[in-house]
Amino acid sequence: MQPVQRPLSPHLQIYKLPLTALMSITHRITGVSLAIGTLLIAAFFIASASGEAHYNFVMSLATSAIGQIILFLWSAALYFHMCNGIRHMFFDTGKLLDKKKAMRSNYYVIAGAIILTAVTWILAR
Amino acid sequence: MSKDNDLYVAPLKKAKGLGSAHTGTHHWMMQKITALAQIPLVIWLIWSIISLQGVSYVEFSAWLGQPINAILMIILVCSVMLHAKLGTQVVVEDYITNEPLKMAKLICHKILFFAMGVAIIFSILKISFGG
Ligand code: HEM
Repeated sequence: MQPVQRPLSPHLQIYKLPLTALMSITHRITGVSLAIGTLLIAAFFIASASGEAHYNFVMSLATSAIGQIILFLWSAALYFHMCNGIRHMFFDTGKLLDKKKAMRSNYYVIAGAIILTAVTWILAR
Repeated sequence: MSKDNDLYVAPLKKAKGLGSAHTGTHHWMMQKITALAQIPLVIWLIWSIISLQGVSYVEFSAWLGQPINAILMIILVCSVMLHAKLGTQVVVEDYITNEPLKMAKLICHKILFFAMGVAIIFSILKISFGG
């Protein structure tokens, strides 16, 4: 049977994603990246449990330039995922769902993630 | 919305917490419980990791040797591994349409996150109890 050639509705490639949608897909991307990142955390702990030489090796990787970039991105992704995850749980209770509040809470989440990341790197290091 | 839903959910289903999907309430609850538990722990983790950068093996072992740090870390690992397993499961279910591949991935995730949890907890205990 020949498929009927119906017009397709505009799709993801056509629409400019609103900020709320970008936040949503970023939550998923950070979640999956963090899940992959647990492999690095596991590697660090297993190496540390294997003795001082292995510990020194992984710590030298972590404090190298690339290690520092990964560590920074990891902390920013986790803070973003945490802040957006908190908002997610407000959504689950039916709060913040109208257009205006959803839009405004986008900025709270972004600001929260940036502030937490900056404060941690300035004060904890 | 909840008014409309009430029409489709029989009282028994409501009591069991099951909607039309027949399953998923437990998954959803565990995703949220782990998410909540992780909020203070994750802040503590990021702070600790960043402040421990470059410390010697002796200093690191001493830090993890303090019961409070080892205990919080083990609780966090249990929570994160469950949260990550549940989370990536949803992503696989959403995007992988090939049924055998989907099942294989779901089983791999179960094993992977469980195994990682065991490996990290064992390592924490070993370091904490003195290498
Ligand atoms: C304080 C820390 C965290 C909070 C508050 C949090 C919160 C959440 C919430 C509420 C969801 C559900 C989203 C939904 O219902 O669609 C979620 C999903 C998810 N989380 Fe987290 N999370 C945290 C940390 C983590 C960590 C450490 C990882 C990985 C190691 C992670 C990986 C994931 C993944 C893979 C998903 C599924 C994403 C999706 O379905 O789009 N989360 N998180």
